[in-house]
Amino acid sequence: MREELLAVIEKNSRIDLKELAVILGVEEVDVVNELEAMEKEGIICGYHTLINWEKTSNEKVTALIEVRVTPQRGQGFDTVAERIYRYPEVRSVYLISGGFDLMVILEGKTLREVSSFVSDKLATLDPVLSTATHFILKKYKDHGTVFAQKTEDEREMITP
Amino acid sequence: MRNPLSDQVVALKPSGIRKFFDIVSEMKDAISLGVGEPDFDTPWHIRDEGIYALERGRTFYTSNAGLKELRQEICNYLKRKQGIQYEWDKEVVITVGGSEAIDIGLRAMINPGDEVIIPQPSYVSYEPCAILAGAKPVIINLKAENEFRLTAQELEEAITEKTKVLILPFPNNPTGAIMEQKDLEAIAEVIIRHDIFVMSDEIYSELTYKEKHVSIASLPGMQERTILINGFSKAYAMTGWRLGYACGPHAIIQQMTKIHQFAIMCAPTTSQYAAVEALKNGDGDVEEMKISYNQRRRFLMNAFQEMGLECFEPFGAFYVFPCIKEFGMTSEEFANAFLEAEKVAAVPGTAFGDSGEGYLRISYAYSLDTLREAMTRLNRFITGLRNEAKEA
Repeated sequence: MREELLAVIEKNSRIDLKELAVILGVEEVDVVNELEAMEKEGIICGYHTLINWEKTSNEKVTALIEVRVTPQRGQGFDTVAERIYRYPEVRSVYLISGGFDLMVILEGKTLREVSSFVSDKLATLDPVLSTATHFILKKYKDHGTVFAQKTEDEREMITP
Repeated sequence: MRNPLSDQVVALKPSGIRKFFDIVSEMKDAISLGVGEPDFDTPWHIRDEGIYALERGRTFYTSNAGLKELRQEICNYLKRKQGIQYEWDKEVVITVGGSEAIDIGLRAMINPGDEVIIPQPSYVSYEPCAILAGAKPVIINLKAENEFRLTAQELEEAITEKTKVLILPFPNNPTGAIMEQKDLEAIAEVIIRHDIFVMSDEIYSELTYKEKHVSIASLPGMQERTILINGFSKAYAMTGWRLGYACGPHAIIQQMTKIHQFAIMCAPTTSQYAAVEALKNGDGDVEEMKISYNQRRRFLMNAFQEMGLECFEPFGAFYVFPCIKEFGMTSEEFANAFLEAEKVAAVPGTAFGDSGEGYLRISYAYSLDTLREAMTRLNRFITGLRNEAKEA
C-alpha cells in the first residue's frame, strides 16, 4: 500500500482520509497508521502546497546556483552543504554529478537580494571555489504540474 | 429515381448511444460519464515515436498485414502476457482499431445463414457487423446474478446446428464484467464439443483489477478456433490512433488480410510506429493508468454502497453498471431525467442490448474530482426520487 499511498498524496496531500482509504481499498485506520509511521521514518517530510507565485502580487525571484566546492577531509560535501542549507532563503541543496558539486536553489524578493546573498554569504564561504547564478524567468511546469494552461476535456461527450 | 440505398443497411438499427449523444451534446455544461475512452493522453514517449516517424518521412504504406516489427512485437507481447505463441508472418493482421478486426473477422468466417452468438449487454458493433456479414445474430442475455459472465449453460442453450461463431467480449463494455480461467474452461468445453469458433474481443485485457486477464486462446485446444482481437486504444490511451490487431489460425487471418487489403490497404503507418514503442516500453504506463482506474473504481463502488444503489462489483475495463430498477423507470427515462435534473450524462444500459434494461453504464475514465461531483449529484437525484416515492 505504501507506494500507492505515497503516489496519491504526492499529487494531493489534502485528500480526505476516508476517501484515501476507499480508493486504496483499505481501512481508514490503516491509512492513518501508515501515514504516521512514514512521518516518523522521515519518508513523509511535509505536506506542501504548489503555488504559482506569478499569479499573485507577491514578487519572488528564484535562482539556481551552481556551486563548486572543495570537499573536506572525512566529511566530503556534507559539512559545506549544511553551512549552505542553514540559510532560510535557501530552498533546496542537491549534490550533483558532473561539472560542479552543489546545486543551490534560492528564493528572494528581488534580484539584488539574491545577488547579495551569493556575493556576501555563499561565495565567501571558505570551501566555495566558484558560483554561477541562473535566474528563473518563467516556470512552465513545477513538481509535475503544468502552470501554463488548463487543459480541457476534448473528448466527445458520449462514445460507445 | 431509384432508391439508392441498401435495404439491409437501412434496416440496421442505429446505435442506441447515438440518440443519447444528440441530447447530451445540446447541453454544453453537463458532466459526462458517458465516454468509452481513456481520459489519459497517450504517453509522451509513444507520441514522440509517432512524431519521429513523421519527421523521418515514414509516410508510406506498410505491408497489408502491417509492419513486420509491430507484428513481431505483438507476438512477443502475447507470449509474455498470455503465454500464447503466434507466428508473426502468418497469424497476425494489424487493423484500423479493434473495430475493423471484428468486421473483417466476421466477414471472413460467415456464410449466409450462419449464426453468430452475441452475449449482451456488449459493445454496439457486434450485431450490425454480424448482420452485414450475412449472419443471423443470436443474442444471449447475460444476467446480473452471474455478474454478467457467460455461463456454459447459457451458451449450450443458444447453440444450434447453424452456429458458427461465438463473440466473447470480456473484459466487458458496458458491464465491466470479466471471465476468469474457470469460467472460460467451462465454456471452452462447450465450444470444442460443438465445433464452433470464438471471436474473443480482448481490447480491455490490460484493465482487470483481480487476477490478470486470461485469454480463451491460451486454453488447450482453443487457439486453433479463436480469433483474438486486441488493440492499443484502451491499454495505451491511443483511441485516436485507430490501431488494433487480430491473431488466429493462418487460414482465417489470410482471408481477413485479403479483405483488409481491398478495403483498407494498411493501417496508418504513423500509428504503427508509435505502437511498436508502446509494446516495447509501455508496460509502466499501463500499470500507472490501471492503478488510477482501480482507485476510481473503488471510489464509485463505495459511493454506490453509501447511497444504497445496487451494483455488482465489476473487475474489468473502466465501467460500472449500477442497477436502477428500484426507481420504476426505464434506463432511458432514468438517464434523461438525471441529465435534465442534475446535468450528468450516463449512458442507458439499453444502448448495449435489451438486457441492459434497468442499468446505467457509468464510465470512470474521469478524474476523481469529476466523479466526486457526479456522485454528489447522483445521490441528490436518487434521494429525491426515493422521497417522491415515499410521499406518493
